Amino acid sequence: MLAPSCGGPAPAEVRQPDIDEGSELDPDTPWVAIVWNDPINLMSYVSYVFRKLFGYSQAKADELMLDVHEKGRAAVSDGNREKVELDVFRLHEHGLWATMEQM
Amino acid sequence: MGLFSARRVKRIAPGRYRIALPEPERDLLATLVPQLRELLTTDDPSLTRLFPTAYADDPERDAGYHALVRDELLERRFHSLDVLERTMAGGEVDEETLSAWMRALNDLRLVLGTRLDVSEDDDPMDIDPDDPMAPAWAIYHYLAGLQSMIIDALSQEL
Repeated sequence: MLAPSCGGPAPAEVRQPDIDEGSELDPDTPWVAIVWNDPINLMSYVSYVFRKLFGYSQAKADELMLDVHEKGRAAVSDGNREKVELDVFRLHEHGLWATMEQM
Repeated sequence: MGLFSARRVKRIAPGRYRIALPEPERDLLATLVPQLRELLTTDDPSLTRLFPTAYADDPERDAGYHALVRDELLERRFHSLDVLERTMAGGEVDEETLSAWMRALNDLRLVLGTRLDVSEDDDPMDIDPDDPMAPAWAIYHYLAGLQSMIIDALSQEL
């Protein structure tokens, strides 16, 4: 599969369209934590981390992990900015490649 | 225990695990841990994956995020390495300890994998012995195997 080279920025070809720089989104618009595919983290590890951090079932965690693996990215949690930033921090603590954006 | 026998990590009761690594593997980890600890005090490019971008579209916010969490991320990484080092001899450990092993091994793999520029097509059975990086590849794949055993053991808890 197409794996982004590690260490670099998120690959452009699987990125959502960038938010228009000029327009400020409503601050109340929910945020979403995105996990990106990478060639280093083990599939079983990614799935385990989703279960551990977010309390997902094995089936749900595997589904999200496969989305990451096959589609290049998956939205794994959402909420207000503070909540999603904490989620991203915990994903980073576990070495996953996570970013956040407004929905 | 022998190199080719038995699992290195086993769940023995709820929240309790037994770790038993053969000596050569303990020796290997004992050399890797201080190397990563030292690397973490630098801004080596192979550390990129340990401190990822949070706001891909907003450099200003991303800088704010990093100012807020970088020390905490660093501290937790040092802590995981300390736990791994302290409990390397093996024996019975709790879930928190084994989770620290899992994260420390993952950090080692992220750094080594970045150095090796791994892709998903790299086959552990297909290491070129003439490649000067062959030993690093072998270590990288060994760490994945050990980490897998830990994930299996911890997954039984969920």
